Amino acid sequence: MKKQLEDIREKAVHALSEAKLQQDIETLRVQFLGKKGELTSILKQMGKLSPEERPVIGQLANEVRSFIEKSIEKRLSELKAEETRRRLEAETVDVTLPGVSKKLGCKHPLSLVLDEVKEIFVGMGFDIVDGPEVEYDYYNFEALNMPKDHPARDTQDTFYINDKIVLRTQTSPVQIRVMEKAAPPIRVISPGRVYRSDAVDATHSPLFHQIEGLVVDKGITFADLKGTLEAFVKRLYGEDSVVRFRPHHFPFTEPSAEVDVQCFSCHGEGCRLCKGEGWIEILGCGMVHPKVLQNCNIDPEVYSGFAFGLGLERIVMRRYNIDDLRLFYENDVRFLHQF
Amino acid sequence: MNLSMKWLAEFVTLDDMTPRAFAEAMTMSGSKVEGWEVEGAEVHNVVVGKILSLEKHPDSDHLWICQVDVGAQAPVQIVTGAQNLQVGDYVPAALHNSNLPGGKKIKKGKLRGVESNGMLCSLGELGLTVHDFPNAIEDGIFVLGDDCDRTPGKNICEAIGLNDTKMEFEITSNRPDCFSVIGLAREAAATFQKPLRLHTPEVKAGHGDCTSLLDVHIEDEKLCRVYSARIVKNVRVKPSPRWMRERLRAMGVRPINNIVDITNYVMLEYGQPMHAFDLRYIEDSKIRVRRARNGETITTLDGIDRKLTPNQLVIADAKKPVAIAGVMGGEYSGIMDDTTTIVFESANFLGSSVRVTARDQGMRTDASARYEKGLDPNNCLPALQRACELVEMLDAGDVMDGVIVDDRSSHEQKKIKLDVDWINRFLDITLTKEQMEAILNQLGCMMEGDDILIPSYRPDLEHKADIAEEIVRFYGYNKVSSTSIRGGAQGKYTERQKFDRDISETMRALGLDEIMTYSFISPKYYDKINMPEDDALRKSVKISNPLGEDTSIMRTVALPSMMEILARNYNNRNAEAFLFELAREYIPTTEDQLPEEKNKLIAGLYGENLDFFVLKGMVETLLDKLSVYDYDIEAVQNAYSYHPGRCARLTIDGKELGILGEIHPEVTEQYGISCRVYSFTLDADLMFTYAQREKQYKPLPKFPAVTRDLALLCDDSIPVLTLEKAMKKAAGPLLESIKLFDVYKGKQIEAGKKSVAFSLTLRSADNTLTDEQAVATINKVIKALETLGAVLRS
Repeated sequence: MKKQLEDIREKAVHALSEAKLQQDIETLRVQFLGKKGELTSILKQMGKLSPEERPVIGQLANEVRSFIEKSIEKRLSELKAEETRRRLEAETVDVTLPGVSKKLGCKHPLSLVLDEVKEIFVGMGFDIVDGPEVEYDYYNFEALNMPKDHPARDTQDTFYINDKIVLRTQTSPVQIRVMEKAAPPIRVISPGRVYRSDAVDATHSPLFHQIEGLVVDKGITFADLKGTLEAFVKRLYGEDSVVRFRPHHFPFTEPSAEVDVQCFSCHGEGCRLCKGEGWIEILGCGMVHPKVLQNCNIDPEVYSGFAFGLGLERIVMRRYNIDDLRLFYENDVRFLHQF
Repeated sequence: MNLSMKWLAEFVTLDDMTPRAFAEAMTMSGSKVEGWEVEGAEVHNVVVGKILSLEKHPDSDHLWICQVDVGAQAPVQIVTGAQNLQVGDYVPAALHNSNLPGGKKIKKGKLRGVESNGMLCSLGELGLTVHDFPNAIEDGIFVLGDDCDRTPGKNICEAIGLNDTKMEFEITSNRPDCFSVIGLAREAAATFQKPLRLHTPEVKAGHGDCTSLLDVHIEDEKLCRVYSARIVKNVRVKPSPRWMRERLRAMGVRPINNIVDITNYVMLEYGQPMHAFDLRYIEDSKIRVRRARNGETITTLDGIDRKLTPNQLVIADAKKPVAIAGVMGGEYSGIMDDTTTIVFESANFLGSSVRVTARDQGMRTDASARYEKGLDPNNCLPALQRACELVEMLDAGDVMDGVIVDDRSSHEQKKIKLDVDWINRFLDITLTKEQMEAILNQLGCMMEGDDILIPSYRPDLEHKADIAEEIVRFYGYNKVSSTSIRGGAQGKYTERQKFDRDISETMRALGLDEIMTYSFISPKYYDKINMPEDDALRKSVKISNPLGEDTSIMRTVALPSMMEILARNYNNRNAEAFLFELAREYIPTTEDQLPEEKNKLIAGLYGENLDFFVLKGMVETLLDKLSVYDYDIEAVQNAYSYHPGRCARLTIDGKELGILGEIHPEVTEQYGISCRVYSFTLDADLMFTYAQREKQYKPLPKFPAVTRDLALLCDDSIPVLTLEKAMKKAAGPLLESIKLFDVYKGKQIEAGKKSVAFSLTLRSADNTLTDEQAVATINKVIKALETLGAVLRS
């Protein structure tokens, strides 16, 4: 009987090593360990054994059973691993094939940079305000110290709806509306579309975007204007950009200035990009004209402020090296997908 | 405005500096230099040559062999084809390795076998014309007159005065005084802190009194504040001297003759336009400054007949207009060959009136450009005197005694208090009163105690802020410190701004690209989207002075703009375009009120794998993301831009939320697109109003759900949404969701019917549903469906 048990053990070892599939192992489990299995049928003969032999054989039988069980588990896990390996091998893909991508839409480049400008100003404590594009002449010109016969009106070729209503030539009218409604302190920017009757070409468009800003409070100084706009320019163009303020004239500010950044390409030497000037003009600004404050019932003896404005298209064109403004409004998807 | 540096030097002596340094300093004190040009910069190694001998070329019948003294030890041999030379002439000689304008290089060589060591030059080859040297000829070698330095070997540019530097200034509209050499000289003197040398013109006159020869009267003193005149007789018209021609040239004005040149010279120097009339043509010797009469006409100097209107100011004689005030003179009033007696006019007209007249007449002249900015009335007389002084200096005629003048200007002295403390605080600088006064004095603003006396040429100085600007311009903008605004402020985006950002982000996540389009369109675009002739949306805000028809009205619908862009992409052979825009629509109200500006979200798509339901899915996803719920959707057959069978309208709370559908094939055809186009428009303002942005947490379900599938048979005409609504209403609170999973028509279904299958999920928040509860609910649902004619399929 001992011999039979040893034979069963060997037979099982052999059979397991021959088994190639997990099902085969199950069959073997039944064959050796099942109710009608080989080991069971031997154990059924235990009764025939002498009382001395019984514990010895019994122990051996248990050993064989547990050995076969372990061997089955071992072989089973080997086969599982093998099978997994084979399956994975069969599933190998060419990872250099193109991915299946979900197409995402693109932000318009003007929005991209406008959002950046907004972030900067919101971070500096400014709110963002909006106003009508079809605007009263009063808000667009008169309240901004440009009465009907003012020569500066000529420089802003205006689209008129009628005598009283225009397409706004700047977003400054929004500032007047803000000052009429809210008491200082005021810190706002007003981005938006503006209109001037310029024929379309590579650098002109009858519609473009401006971002204008306004700060009014007690004790606002020319130095505050400089500090605020310098900080803005450095955030937009990098901390190492060099900024200068150059006297200029706007009817609604006094003193007025234009802000130049040193040419990024030639660092002030003069090159094609900056048309030999060494500097690139990026925004106009100034201390709010006392008459403008008065027009909005803000006492210029108590309050002062500054205002500024910049053209979005030009900034975006420079940032991405775009040489034709028309591309922004043609909206060819091959253009849009580059941003 | 160009400025001759030679001319400037007459008023200010500047240290030697490069044009760049000058330009930089002037720019930083407020007179922006746009560029400069050094005359003769392209001319190199060209000298004065004296013709020593002329000899016919042996092998040519038109070439000459010249021996030319160029100041060297030995003469130089140069062959020329010109026929206007004589021995003893002084000419420009371009030597071997010399440069001429236009990048032309001269080297020695052989002409038909004879050595030529350079080239003799014409005016044109030096970049000049006969206007610069009236005694020379156009088609031949430039023979130097006695107004040139005729030293052989002398640099030609110095010899003929082609060595000025022209500065080009951008003059801002508030500084009409800077449209003159004197104005810019004043700025330069202040910038470089040098004395300004002004000159008081002196006129000898003495050829009889003129005041009885001309009667001047201003009839409209609002439009004309000063009219002054002097008379010159025995006019001797001839070319001006070289120095005057040079200066005019540098300022971009073509020299004509001494009288015309004097008027231009004074205009450039003083900024005061001048006019010269022939006295013979002033009828009855009367000058009347008046508005034109209805129906009056004038033929101006440029030969054009012009109709005048009563808002236009004219200079008239007893009978007719002889000039349009401040703009242009009449045809017969100018200087002719036989003119003997002239009237010099120096007048002051209202800027806005000149501007409107010039604009309406369509002719902007040098004079009108100056007048329209508003000139100093006190400048009329000095300019007139200067003109007469020049007449005497140039021996151009005999100036008569007396000045004829009608002066209606206010000679009131404007004063502004110098508020040193306020200026220092406002600018955040610390200058003393003396320092400020020094700057102001340089600009011609003298002090009277604490008051600044504002010169009449500075009408722009009105307020202490204007004075602050003058101070800081010359103190230096960039010397002022840079500070942060005192006091904190919290900047933030409004709820609406965040909402718009969410719209944009969701649209991009759905795969649509953002576009930006013009807000103005052509009225014809409404035809292109099939808008009926009588549609209310045809009434648009019209631009009264549009650039062209294509941009002549403000759109009342965003669709045409979107269609234009889709069409452009289609024409550019882009296989697909998925686009959206947050676009404004402009709805007119009343004539004198602003239009209503509506914010719309419009999407437009063409390309593969698109259909109505892909589009609808986008709308549903967007509205869900924006928390806009409880909207209704219904089919619309009569939306003119859309396919009548594939268009739906969204409403919320009875208001129109938007429209979506396939674009009508007629419309796509009108845009030249031959594939299907899909579009939706949603009212962004309304979406914002109804968005339920406040969120509340709901506990996750604790009890299991029960699912029941229902397969129904009903009339094909019943919309699925109607069935769903009926089921929801009947089921009550236990119904968690309804999912449509099949719609079938065809075999085994009788014609006009359809099979629809739903999966209903029921769940209670309080307990595990019992069979009875589920069955009761489903029975209610089935009953409700039966009333719609939908029955369970057996």
